[in-house]
Amino acid sequence: MTDHIVSAFDADLKELGDKLAEMGGLCEKLVAESIDALLRRDTPLAKRVIEWDRSIDRLQAEVEENAIRTIARRAPVAIDLREVVAALRIANDLERIGDLAKNIAKRVVALEGQFQPPKLAGGVAHISDLTLAQLKDVLDAYTRRDETKAVEVWNRDGEIDALYNSLFRELLTYMMEDPRNIGFCAHLLFCAKNIERIGDHATNVAETVYYLVHGVPLTDERPKADLTSATAIDFGR
Amino acid sequence: MTSTDVARAAMIAPVPARSAAQPKVHVGAGQAEKITIRDLKFFYGDSLALKGIDLPIYERKVTAFIGPSGCGKSTLLRVLNRMYDLYPKQRAEGEVLLDGIDILSPKLDLNLLRSRVGMVFQKPTPFPMSIYDNIAFGVRLYETISKSELDGRVEAALRRAALWNEVKDKLDASGLSLSGGQQQRLCIARSIAVRPEVILLDEPCSALDPISTAKIEELIDELKADYTIAIVTHNMQQASRTSEYTAFMYLGELVEFGETEQIFMSPHDRRTQDYITGRFG
Repeated sequence: MTDHIVSAFDADLKELGDKLAEMGGLCEKLVAESIDALLRRDTPLAKRVIEWDRSIDRLQAEVEENAIRTIARRAPVAIDLREVVAALRIANDLERIGDLAKNIAKRVVALEGQFQPPKLAGGVAHISDLTLAQLKDVLDAYTRRDETKAVEVWNRDGEIDALYNSLFRELLTYMMEDPRNIGFCAHLLFCAKNIERIGDHATNVAETVYYLVHGVPLTDERPKADLTSATAIDFGR
Repeated sequence: MTSTDVARAAMIAPVPARSAAQPKVHVGAGQAEKITIRDLKFFYGDSLALKGIDLPIYERKVTAFIGPSGCGKSTLLRVLNRMYDLYPKQRAEGEVLLDGIDILSPKLDLNLLRSRVGMVFQKPTPFPMSIYDNIAFGVRLYETISKSELDGRVEAALRRAALWNEVKDKLDASGLSLSGGQQQRLCIARSIAVRPEVILLDEPCSALDPISTAKIEELIDELKADYTIAIVTHNMQQASRTSEYTAFMYLGELVEFGETEQIFMSPHDRRTQDYITGRFG
């Protein structure tokens, strides 16, 4: 893309992009560490994650302020306007991702000292790896304005949903097996849901990248595979 | 014919004759075309200023022409009421149909054409006469009507141009005594007093302050209920605010024509994007 005649406009847009890159990096780290804290039951790390989330909130406020200032001063159109709107949207999604990671960390703190069957965390590790890969790929897609990669991320979200489904059923089974599992499993289920939600935000970012590049929304129906909200629990048997 | 020529001729698809069924312009499908421009070329002496323009101007819509200085947008506007006829060595080729009638025809009655296609220029051009006469002048030129009828026409035109309340007590004052913004609205009133069908606006706000500009834009918005409007503007925001369709021109060519929203949100042509985002000019 050639430069603007007014170079301060380019500087504004670059600053916006830099802040988002910083936010994205921080988000990846936060999600990874919160899951690490969960799997290793590392309460001090979880407490640090809760602390770090503030930096993401601060960055989101800065992106928002810069974006609004750019709209007011430069009246961007076409690709420039999409850049600014995309920055606003992605910053929103990243801020939510930060909150979800923080929520996982809070649960790690809450679980301290509770009975914990070690084999239960295995499924969470798997869904986490997939979600982290999605987050990394979609942030790469944004940085490179690579809509093909963004669409790949978008299409892969079904796998996370499917994993979450099986995890949901697995945890239900453990809870029914032994009531001592319930406290831990309930928290673990919320953590898994948070991770699944992080995956959803990654697909939101993918949609934004597509819009940024093409100027039209991604209209296909995304395969939705999270069926847990319609799953009945049968205690009768 | 050499073998290369034959090869080249074989590669180029034959250009089919134009017909209504030809789905060339999808933009504005279903809209009535007030003016249809086909393969319009314009010459200033030997220099080619418009290089074959094809463009519809839709009825009761606002069409904006944007592009860097010298791209031909004002030239195009001046063709639409044959303003160029005043100058020797300027000529147009191609077809410009107003309701299906070719206005480039030498047999055309120019006075009649200009009563149907009015024009307002960049700098306000009130006549050195009273406000009343500024409006009445054109009406008297085309029609013979009674004094009371004429009074009514003057008032209606001034009201339509949102100027009546400001001048109703001083209709005898000189048109030149008005402010720039008022003068421009006077010129718009003057052009609509003769009841044209098309109004051409050549950068009507470039000499005006933001408040007068807003008033003119408000006026454009009201006038499009009854008139077909074509506006040339260097103010991209103005084009995006006032028009339904936008044509981007560059070096005498029509680069892109589309719905204004599409042009300003996701232009198809790289040159359009570079221009509207301020990357060249």
